[in-house]
Amino acid sequence: MDMNYKPNPEYLVEVNDLKMYFPVKTGLFGRTPLKAADGVSFAIRPGETLGLVGESGCGKTTVGRALIRLYKPTDGDIFFEGKRVDDKSIGGLRKDMQMVFQDPYSSLNPRMTVEDIIGEPLDVHKMYTSREDRRDQILNLMEMVGLNAEHATRYAHEFSGGQRQRIGIARALATKPKFIVCDEAVSALDVSIQAQVINMFEDLQKQLGVAYLFIAHDLLVVHHISHRIAVMYLGKLVETADSDELNANPVHPYTQSLLSAVPHPDPKTAKNSKRIILEGDVPSPLHMPSGCPFRTRCRFATEQCAKEMPQLTDRGNGHMVACWNK
Amino acid sequence: MDKTYDVDQMPKKNPLSLQIDLSKFEKATDEEKKQADVMSESTSFFKDGMRKLRKNPLAMFSIIVLVLIILMITIVPVVVPYSYSDIITVNGKRDKSATNMAPFKYSKMEQQYIDEGGKVFPHIMGTDELGRDYFVRVAYGTRISLLVGVFASVIVLIIGVLYGSIAGYFGGKVDLIMMRIVDIIYSLPDLLMIILLSVVLNEVLKFDGHGILARLGTNMISLFIVFGLLYWVGMARLVRGQILTIKKNEYVLAAQVSGAKSSRIIRRHILPNCISVIIISAALQIPSAIFTESFLSFISLGVKAPMPSLGSLASAARSGITTYTYKLIFPALMIGLITLAFNLLGDGLRDAFDPKLRR
Amino acid sequence: MAEETILSVVDLHTSFTTDKGEVKAVNGISFNLTAGKILGIVGESGSGKSVSAYSIMQILEKNGSIKSGQILYKGEDITKWPESKMRDFRGKRCSIIFQDPMTSLNPVFTIGYQLEEAIKLHTDRRGKEARDRAVEMLELVGVNEPEKRIKQYPFEFSGGMRQRVMIAMALACEPDILIADEPTTALDVTIQAQILELMKDLQAKLGMAIIMVTHDLGVIAQMADEIIVMYGGRVCERGTAEDIFYRPAHEYTKGLLRSIPSVDTMGQRLEPISGTPINLLNMPKGCAFCPRCDAAMKICLEQQPPETRTVDGHLAACWQAIRTEMDAGMVRVEQKA
Repeated sequence: MDMNYKPNPEYLVEVNDLKMYFPVKTGLFGRTPLKAADGVSFAIRPGETLGLVGESGCGKTTVGRALIRLYKPTDGDIFFEGKRVDDKSIGGLRKDMQMVFQDPYSSLNPRMTVEDIIGEPLDVHKMYTSREDRRDQILNLMEMVGLNAEHATRYAHEFSGGQRQRIGIARALATKPKFIVCDEAVSALDVSIQAQVINMFEDLQKQLGVAYLFIAHDLLVVHHISHRIAVMYLGKLVETADSDELNANPVHPYTQSLLSAVPHPDPKTAKNSKRIILEGDVPSPLHMPSGCPFRTRCRFATEQCAKEMPQLTDRGNGHMVACWNK
Repeated sequence: MDKTYDVDQMPKKNPLSLQIDLSKFEKATDEEKKQADVMSESTSFFKDGMRKLRKNPLAMFSIIVLVLIILMITIVPVVVPYSYSDIITVNGKRDKSATNMAPFKYSKMEQQYIDEGGKVFPHIMGTDELGRDYFVRVAYGTRISLLVGVFASVIVLIIGVLYGSIAGYFGGKVDLIMMRIVDIIYSLPDLLMIILLSVVLNEVLKFDGHGILARLGTNMISLFIVFGLLYWVGMARLVRGQILTIKKNEYVLAAQVSGAKSSRIIRRHILPNCISVIIISAALQIPSAIFTESFLSFISLGVKAPMPSLGSLASAARSGITTYTYKLIFPALMIGLITLAFNLLGDGLRDAFDPKLRR
Repeated sequence: MAEETILSVVDLHTSFTTDKGEVKAVNGISFNLTAGKILGIVGESGSGKSVSAYSIMQILEKNGSIKSGQILYKGEDITKWPESKMRDFRGKRCSIIFQDPMTSLNPVFTIGYQLEEAIKLHTDRRGKEARDRAVEMLELVGVNEPEKRIKQYPFEFSGGMRQRVMIAMALACEPDILIADEPTTALDVTIQAQILELMKDLQAKLGMAIIMVTHDLGVIAQMADEIIVMYGGRVCERGTAEDIFYRPAHEYTKGLLRSIPSVDTMGQRLEPISGTPINLLNMPKGCAFCPRCDAAMKICLEQQPPETRTVDGHLAACWQAIRTEMDAGMVRVEQKA
């Protein structure tokens, strides 16, 4: 932790050198740290959407959860509106930082009615004056996310995936947060419903000015919704750039192959385009390669890549890349 | 191309004829569309489970059997004019000839009394070797056995749930130590403990007087103590496992993100979601406790005479098993019915309410 | 190249009995599979796409059954085949790979043992011959050092590698048809690209027909020669990939294509399909899609649309498409009194 680190007041959320290690038992006595996030730094402005993409196991969910302190980070600094987020300050910040989860089935308590699920943050923070006020606030929230007020007394299992995700979003909005972590919030939904929810996220941002950390593996979705995108590979950020810049001009070899692997819903481009197909699998995070973690699958890998991890450097217009060869 | 379907046989150019009302080609209104899209009826978890339970014939049969048994043990001692501990009296005189009678038979004294115009309540299950009405004794025995079963499972429920939820929710070192204690308790031989305890208690507590505990005897007390000391470990393990799985659900994380305290999370999120599994397991605990009690009474470590229990009745019936077979059949039938009904009901509850078996 | 229909499904109905009533998962679908082509079945959850595939293999869950219709394999109706003959059909003539490569392999046996079992079951190869075939198949699906890997257990394989093993197992007996049920949904994009490439290569080499069941329009666009779009257990539209993506006629297909984010939609609003997915216990009388359709007409609510040839020459079941066809004089309408 760097106690002297001065946060930039322009940013709503600032993360500096975040490290999150989980001890994993290896053998009888050995414990190896699983480096789920290793030196991640980024910042989000008020009302902005930062997309965080990467493949499964790259640590994107861990970063999101450490950010709102569901996990206690091993090291690193997190600031919210210039205030350091730690065990002491988090209680007061809970109202301002919320989360929308991936699984619309396990993220809602099956024994609670919609009204009680959405009302829980209100109950916890005692944010109403009377029973009527509580109910009004809940009905307001339901309307905001496009749910029928008649359904307030129903149980979560009676709704479809898309509607359940709306309930989860209404719950996250209940305390009027300034920042929401969306962890694969649309990944489990069907295409037509996914589009509804994406539109809703965008509308809510315009209405309420809330900032998102949008974690997803679907590049098309992330590109659509984000202002800026950060690409993660094995616990490290490899490239961040404005959304269109990253899409038009990817620099890191991993980002390039990730973009080219996306199947576009267009038979002509899909069948004719030359794709860069990566060889092999992602290495286990318990046995990380030395130096740059991507070098085992990289076409351009040199000796230097094995020796030292490249730092994120600015290539103009805030396009940051961590690569020796590009 | 191999044509198998009529549309494919349709020539590309020739028009297809349809009989349609052209006025129907108007735009539909939103109301009309809404009518085609209805949400199914609202049900709560409990209502849905009850509906499933009602459709399960075995579970419903068990409920009926249990209700009948409970009715029997409450009504019979009131209606039947005999006591479980006293020898039958006719017209104020002890009837020493009324021993080991077959069902619905009267002794000489009773027959005489009836001939004189008196009324005698029939011995539905006959009498025992001391001349006590067997029907009343079986009813009392059932009462005792059921009480022991319910009481034991309540003890198990309370200790197991408390212990298991503490270990499961706090996890880490707390969990590690608490579960090793459970492992140690698992390794203690339960029957040996009961026998030892009852011997010790017999020495220490000398009951005289008429309280219910005194009438049950020290054996029963040691049985309860052993249940309280040893039998909750299974329940504790179950509860801990449940809590560990529920804790991983995203709705618990969501409550943490909302800033909810541990007590609220346990109360609102964790307990309501494992309560059904706990109740099912407690229901299945009852027959097992009844079995243990019957077994102990059978090897004469059970209730103190003259208090009957189903096990002691069966044990007493052993001596005359060839001549008075019915005396073994009645209590054995009762034990069988009760344990079967509780087991079937527990299974039915599990099918209807266990969240793992439903989606 | 002569086009031979290897499998045709005619008016297939499949239902499941649940305690809440009969769930009609597939409601009269028909299609033809041409030998050596890739047929894509695309639809959202609950559209009946997987159930259709399972119906062909007759591997439905216990409470599900084919209610009516025919499945003709080389002209023979396999729904009438006894189980013994179906066992031979599965694996030898037609194999399936599933979505989750993590649970499709038995963790207590080696990869080699499981592959050899599949080979021995359907061919006369025994002993060393079977082993050689297993190694050959692993090599074919791009597993490095197959002689060494064959002795390993599934947990030593990554998700992508396991899916390769599943493909090797499915193709070991050279089936005519390979059904792939969401084969890449559980995989990461870069691994998905590898597997899709592999499937195309293998198809070119071995010449089997593939039925590709997926919800991902991108995957379908990349893989399929012909596409069937399903909604609510019915076929909405079928045609070549170009027909479906560039000349959609059914309102659902149009809506689906509009709602995918793409490179061009950045900064614009998506146009989602409104409403909620269909409740299979409560099917509308008319077109299954009508409650969510912006262009729904009165007739859509009352009558199921028949499948007709669209102005572009592919097949669709949509009253809006029929209206266009009427205007083009392709459908003659007799006014009903």
